[in-house]
Amino acid sequence: MLQTIIMKNSYQDSVVLMLLTSKLNQLAEVERVSIMMGTPSNIDIFRASGFDTPELDEATSNDMIVMLEVASEDDKENVLNMIETELSSTNDGGGAVEEKINSWEKALKKAPDANVALISIPGEYAALEIEKAIDNGLHAFVFSDNVPIKEEARLKAKAHEKGLIVMGPDCGTGVIHSLPLAFTNNNRKGKIGIIGASGTGIQEVTTLIHRYGQGVTNAIGTGGRDLSTAVGAVSMIDSIVALNNDPDTEVIVVISKPPAKEIEARVLDVLRKVEKPVVTLFLGSKPVAHEEGLYHAYTLEEAAQLGTKLMNKEEVVYAPLPAKEVSLSESEGIKGYYSGGTLAYEAAFLLSDALKLSKENTSEGYTLKSDLHEVIDLGDDMYTKGKPHPMIDPEIRIEKIKSVVNQPETAVVVFDVVLGYGAHEDMASALKPAIVEAKAASDVTFVSVVVGTDEDRQNMDNQIAILEEIGVIVCENNVQALQTALRVVGSELIFEPKEVKAKEASTLKELPEVSESLAKLISETPKIINIGLQSFTESIVDNKGEVVHFEWRPSAGGNVELQKVLYFLNQFEFNAK
Amino acid sequence: MNFKTIEEANQAVIDKVVQSAPFLLDVVPAKSVIPDLNKKMLLHAGPPIKWEDMTDPMQGSCVGAVLFEEWADNEEDARKMLASGEVEFSPCHHHNAVGPMGGITSANMPVFVVENKSEGNTAYCTMNEGIGAVLRFGAYSEEVVTRLRWMRDTLGPVLSKALLTMEDGVNINVLVAKAIAMGDEFHQRNIAASLAFYKELGPIITTLDITEKEKQEVSQFLADTDQFFLNVMMAASKAVMDGARTVTEGTIVTAMCRNGKDFGIRISGMGDEWFTGPVNTPQGLYFAGYSGEDANKDIGDSAITETFGVGGMAMIAAPAVTRFVGSGGFYDALNTSNEMSEICMSQNPNFPVPTWDFRGICLGIDARLVVEKGITPVINTGIAHKKAGIGQIGAGTVNPPVSCFEKAIQAYAKKLGM
Repeated sequence: MLQTIIMKNSYQDSVVLMLLTSKLNQLAEVERVSIMMGTPSNIDIFRASGFDTPELDEATSNDMIVMLEVASEDDKENVLNMIETELSSTNDGGGAVEEKINSWEKALKKAPDANVALISIPGEYAALEIEKAIDNGLHAFVFSDNVPIKEEARLKAKAHEKGLIVMGPDCGTGVIHSLPLAFTNNNRKGKIGIIGASGTGIQEVTTLIHRYGQGVTNAIGTGGRDLSTAVGAVSMIDSIVALNNDPDTEVIVVISKPPAKEIEARVLDVLRKVEKPVVTLFLGSKPVAHEEGLYHAYTLEEAAQLGTKLMNKEEVVYAPLPAKEVSLSESEGIKGYYSGGTLAYEAAFLLSDALKLSKENTSEGYTLKSDLHEVIDLGDDMYTKGKPHPMIDPEIRIEKIKSVVNQPETAVVVFDVVLGYGAHEDMASALKPAIVEAKAASDVTFVSVVVGTDEDRQNMDNQIAILEEIGVIVCENNVQALQTALRVVGSELIFEPKEVKAKEASTLKELPEVSESLAKLISETPKIINIGLQSFTESIVDNKGEVVHFEWRPSAGGNVELQKVLYFLNQFEFNAK
Repeated sequence: MNFKTIEEANQAVIDKVVQSAPFLLDVVPAKSVIPDLNKKMLLHAGPPIKWEDMTDPMQGSCVGAVLFEEWADNEEDARKMLASGEVEFSPCHHHNAVGPMGGITSANMPVFVVENKSEGNTAYCTMNEGIGAVLRFGAYSEEVVTRLRWMRDTLGPVLSKALLTMEDGVNINVLVAKAIAMGDEFHQRNIAASLAFYKELGPIITTLDITEKEKQEVSQFLADTDQFFLNVMMAASKAVMDGARTVTEGTIVTAMCRNGKDFGIRISGMGDEWFTGPVNTPQGLYFAGYSGEDANKDIGDSAITETFGVGGMAMIAAPAVTRFVGSGGFYDALNTSNEMSEICMSQNPNFPVPTWDFRGICLGIDARLVVEKGITPVINTGIAHKKAGIGQIGAGTVNPPVSCFEKAIQAYAKKLGM
């Protein structure tokens, strides 16, 4: 039905009427609508567009005309009510805008006292932004990977010269003066300071320390290549010196894969000069002795325990948790499907150790691969190309779990559930259907480790309950998970007690000085400029930290040719010709 | 000119914009100031385009112009003539001119004469015909042609007489500064400037030695035509930007225009060369009965106003039109102008915007910044029906394709020896 509604003496601006018309046109009950003031020319337009009703003759220039085609009288009422609401609606000014921050200039203007740049942009662009951070006097926490190692070495040296530190590239985790950065758990503050070249390694150790009742105020990530010969442990050594100097740090834990010999020697030389008790963990090497005040751990669990015991002034002895009760399997294979690279690495060397596997035949894409056993870090680039990390996206692990049914040699599957910022909201539920299905079709035992604390937003108890309900054996830590898996195949890890020798002498006369800004970094809550992933502001805001989000975009849409043109034009000098 | 860097060259260009002094001097038949129009030639908006590539409204405008010039007496013959190549086409911009929408300018159409006194150069633009069925939106009915004849025979000569009584003509900077404080952004909204203009001319018209009928008709037309000043602003912007581009280096955008097929820009360092990309379709609000499906692709030289720094670049100046910017209101307009300032070198102190806390309008779109940041200028524009003859069906905003800016800086880098 076609309706002509004339609202007498209701002048409205034509823009208002156009907006209203377009809104009403989107309503399902409205077949056609046109709203204009009743001027002679508008009445002509109505007639020309097929809205020719006798009522039009009565309209004047001061009347608002609503031409409405609707199915029923009810619809007409609804539409009229809506018109009334729209015309009387007042804007509360809630749209007050914050200026978009899309340059260093604006970010620094907004946060003049920021001291850390948290960088998570694509690696090919990261070096330039790290350099800008350093030039502006900021420490850099670099989540981005794929930064060329030459650039890393150059930038770290430059930062060091200015008393600054570059954490990363490829630094997944960090706690700076209690502020969790990137993929991090919420853990208790405390006097154990951690320096780690590995992300999930830091997560496993800090969460275990939290469960043992101690805490970590600073966990400084250095990136995996810091201890390479090219980089020379610049960030590691600066961090050691800074934590040694920090009055609120009593014990230092250093975590890394085994570095080059000369770098290891350099780091140990520094550590032997440190007066605070230190625990080292060079993942994959099996130390046979401690030094007095300098303790050498074999596993992540041991590093966490030794650090805690040093804080508690207890005897520094590693007491690994025993394996959980399981029934023996007829099959022999152990499969580890990890989202945490360091956990996978630890699994690989512990299994090799227990099962006396040769390490040589490990093939690409596997952290460990033998006839019966395999350990895969599903966060490896090989599996994540064009996909989110398995800590966020369960898909690839679901595939792996499903494939177990067709592998009669598999006795046990070990996997991790990593909680905290950046991780999946409910990984246990996401993996659950695949595990239920696999268990129904085979005798495979599932063993998991949940990395997290009771303060993590995913609710750790709930995650454990979901897994236990479907018969997954949930372990306290990765070592226990592997012990349990080994028990399923009738094997076990043996941990020999270590003797404590005197500390070797350092060649250093004294430790280097700590720069003022590095001392400040670990003793005060940092102020962050976040460049890249907006979600990284969440952990900071949640913990009442100050953060400015810089909406970074690659120059010229990432087009390298155009970037070169811009660079040429920006550098061009007319007289140089 | 002695520059060390492109930054300095650009500064020289924008200095000329700031120092410019455009004055409206006269209204004259186009052919008296554009010599090529004494041939059988039509000027059109945008970069060069062939008859067969013109969209329907631009072709309709050409038909209207042929009928107006009496080169043919019916549509069919007019179209034949236009398609045959008998009529030459040339961009307004190649003749110191600009034209709104279709931009079709023919020999006997009256044009504004604006002189930029700081550089001594002149620019031209046809007069605004009002709203509804008008030539610039592709309408060519008897009514349209009749109005054009009246503009030729009455409006043009009367305004000319009035302007010539003034010693220096109308100082446009003064009008713009006044009207921007009254809520005009000079592309979508010109009502304040049009009234201020009438305030200058009205009393003079009453004293002219012309008939009462002429006085009444001209006064009525000026009072009715809210967008009258737009075409003055276009000519003034053209005069200012042409004066500024006598600096022949740098990356400042000196013209933006569209012909319905291509969007074209010029930059200071590349002189007369056009850099083009496929034109977009405006987004906006439609008059009752029309929708986006009816919209013609973007046309017109009016984006010269954005090149100067008004129109969409000065969205925040015109709260009354801010709602054309998508769904939002004041704050969207603020965002738009803030974003525009990121691709401009500076802000023009001559034209402070009250609603922008008296920041000056955007000054000097730098093609380098457009490419670097991926932010393109926002252009406020009328929307033509894609069928000739229907005219304007709405208004909104449109952005140029970023490719024109990319091509421009690439060409300039090449010219400088990259």
